[in-house]
Amino acid sequence: MNDKDKIILLAHGSGSKLSHELIEKKLLPPLTNPILSRLDDSAVFELNSGRLAFTTDSYVVNPIFFPGGDIGRLAVCGTVNDLAMSGAIPLYLSLSFIIEEGLAFKELERVVESVKAAADEAAVTIVTGDTKVVNRGSADKLFINTAGIGVVASEVDISGANARVGDKVILSGAIGDHGIAVMSQREGLRFSVSIQSDCAPLNKMVAEMLSISSKIHCLRDPTRGGVATTLNEIARQSGVGVRIEEDRIPIHDGVRAACELLGFDPLYVANEGKLVAVVAPEDAEKVLEKMRHNRYGIEAAIIGEVTAEHKGKVVMRTRLGSLRIVDMLSGELLPRIC
Amino acid sequence: MRFIDEYRNVELGKGLIARIHRLSTRPVRLMEFCGGHTVAIIRNGIRQLLPPTVHLLSGPGCPVCVTANVDIDTSIALASLPDVIVTTFGDMMKVPGSYSSLQKARAEGADIRIVYSTQDALQIARENSSKKVIFIGIGFETTAPTVAAAVLQAKAEKVRNFYVLCLLKLCPPVMKALLDLGEIKLNGIICPGHVSAIIGSNPYEFIPKEYGVACVISGFEPLDILLSVAMLTEQIEKGEPRVEIAYRRGVKAEGNVTALRLIEKVFEVGQASWRGIGLIPDSGLKFRKDFADFDASLQFQVDIRPVREAKGCLCGAILRGLKTPKECQLFRKVCTPETPVGPCMVSSEGACAAYYQYGADYE
Repeated sequence: MNDKDKIILLAHGSGSKLSHELIEKKLLPPLTNPILSRLDDSAVFELNSGRLAFTTDSYVVNPIFFPGGDIGRLAVCGTVNDLAMSGAIPLYLSLSFIIEEGLAFKELERVVESVKAAADEAAVTIVTGDTKVVNRGSADKLFINTAGIGVVASEVDISGANARVGDKVILSGAIGDHGIAVMSQREGLRFSVSIQSDCAPLNKMVAEMLSISSKIHCLRDPTRGGVATTLNEIARQSGVGVRIEEDRIPIHDGVRAACELLGFDPLYVANEGKLVAVVAPEDAEKVLEKMRHNRYGIEAAIIGEVTAEHKGKVVMRTRLGSLRIVDMLSGELLPRIC
Repeated sequence: MRFIDEYRNVELGKGLIARIHRLSTRPVRLMEFCGGHTVAIIRNGIRQLLPPTVHLLSGPGCPVCVTANVDIDTSIALASLPDVIVTTFGDMMKVPGSYSSLQKARAEGADIRIVYSTQDALQIARENSSKKVIFIGIGFETTAPTVAAAVLQAKAEKVRNFYVLCLLKLCPPVMKALLDLGEIKLNGIICPGHVSAIIGSNPYEFIPKEYGVACVISGFEPLDILLSVAMLTEQIEKGEPRVEIAYRRGVKAEGNVTALRLIEKVFEVGQASWRGIGLIPDSGLKFRKDFADFDASLQFQVDIRPVREAKGCLCGAILRGLKTPKECQLFRKVCTPETPVGPCMVSSEGACAAYYQYGADYE
């Protein structure tokens, strides 16, 4: 391997021979499938008739490798989860790279491997993609955009506007792992924690939940802004109140310790492999049980319920028994964590 | 989690709450001096748990909040000088001065960097020898030793491009100023925990002696605060005001002698300008003559436009314990963490930010 193979050059994005080499030798082989490898201008595929879910997200996390994941895994899981939270079965993803010149080939390869592993786990296919290389300083190492298409079964109706008074609020596991894992790698803040990002595709767990209950009203993944922001969105969209119990919210000791140290409220710290489900009370225990049987829902818990009081707001009963408002995140807690 | 869960123990908390209810027979006004205390009180809904006789008022113990507009304007002006890097704690970035903020100045091209400690600022100076690196030195007695240590280190290493705009302030003198103003009749003060870890409990002795006001030094966990309120209530009910330490795991009567020596070596006591209160004699720290080379106020000349205060902003009155954020016309309507009018909405220890974030609707 000669020198020019070791880092990405501007020429790798120019449409030249080098571009083709990059795509055909590095990017395609791990991801290959019949639709992608045609390399036409668009991916063309069959879908069963029905409703489609379509979403897109860009990933700019810094650093691109962090404990428990990397930007590739994040780019697949984030988009898969956005589809799953609409009750969709994710099927196809697009994958676009914006690469800062100078990125090491082996870093790009690691990311592509990781995209492949996450896509396999989530059972989605990467069907189209793009690669651009920009001048040093015009991007930070690597940005990824993914868009995804999924199908929604006709009986499924899930929306942030569907929460009803009396519904139970289920959280799929401990909060704040992703935000703290990424943060622990930041320049100037480096501290060692045993916390790994929770970055994971949740579509299988969602499918399992939907297979046993038709009374799941809302699903959300509490990413940026954390559980607090997600619950506020649901309260506002549905025009209801939400009350949660402080002592029922699962949280790992490492995250708690880091939050104490840094002055963060873990309710606002990002997750990438958790979901909040609002479920009719009669189905809540059953759904909870199902979630706990999935590897990504072992620590799931009912953390509160939907109330008629204080519409549009989230309140929390503290351990001491007092109530306090849990507002949306204001300002920036952590820049570029996803 | 050890050393956290013990101080949030629900059974002990309920015991303390019951004790306060038993002890309290008449109305008392207690000031929680620290912004950190205000946040802990609101975040844990402590007011709801206390008997109606116990009134808690927020005090001026938030270094960002008490920084006067003139000093913010000066910081911004320093940042616009050529070849200058201004370094600051993050909370200062969004604080509006008379005309702008450090955040706006940065967006307009000034080189302003957020640091987590004075040591980080010194490191930036070492790495940028062609630039002049100015640290915006806000803080109380807690921060002062860290600034002093960085300055001593810079002197020893002959780092010649490191400066501090010294805005350090002292807590006991501002307590005296508030008591002398006499605007609020206080029965007791929940004294600062971290500040007292440095200065000890002795500097508060004048408060019960001269003003008959009870003092208890408190930590920042819910149990710390409940214990302090219980101790204050007991002192007041018995009519025996004195200085007590509830935060025994952090504070000794004599304080931290090593830290105090560091402060003493680099700084001397001088007047300081406090938002909402004005100039208070002997309430701040300034560089001793030997350290004039590091003093940004001497080494740089900046002109600032006439200082003005935001219309309608009650930060000053809130810092004096006269008003609560909810009494401010701007609160939540015009003034939010996204578009702050005053510093109390910016700082993570600001009363307005705490009321906004955790809701005072249940107060």
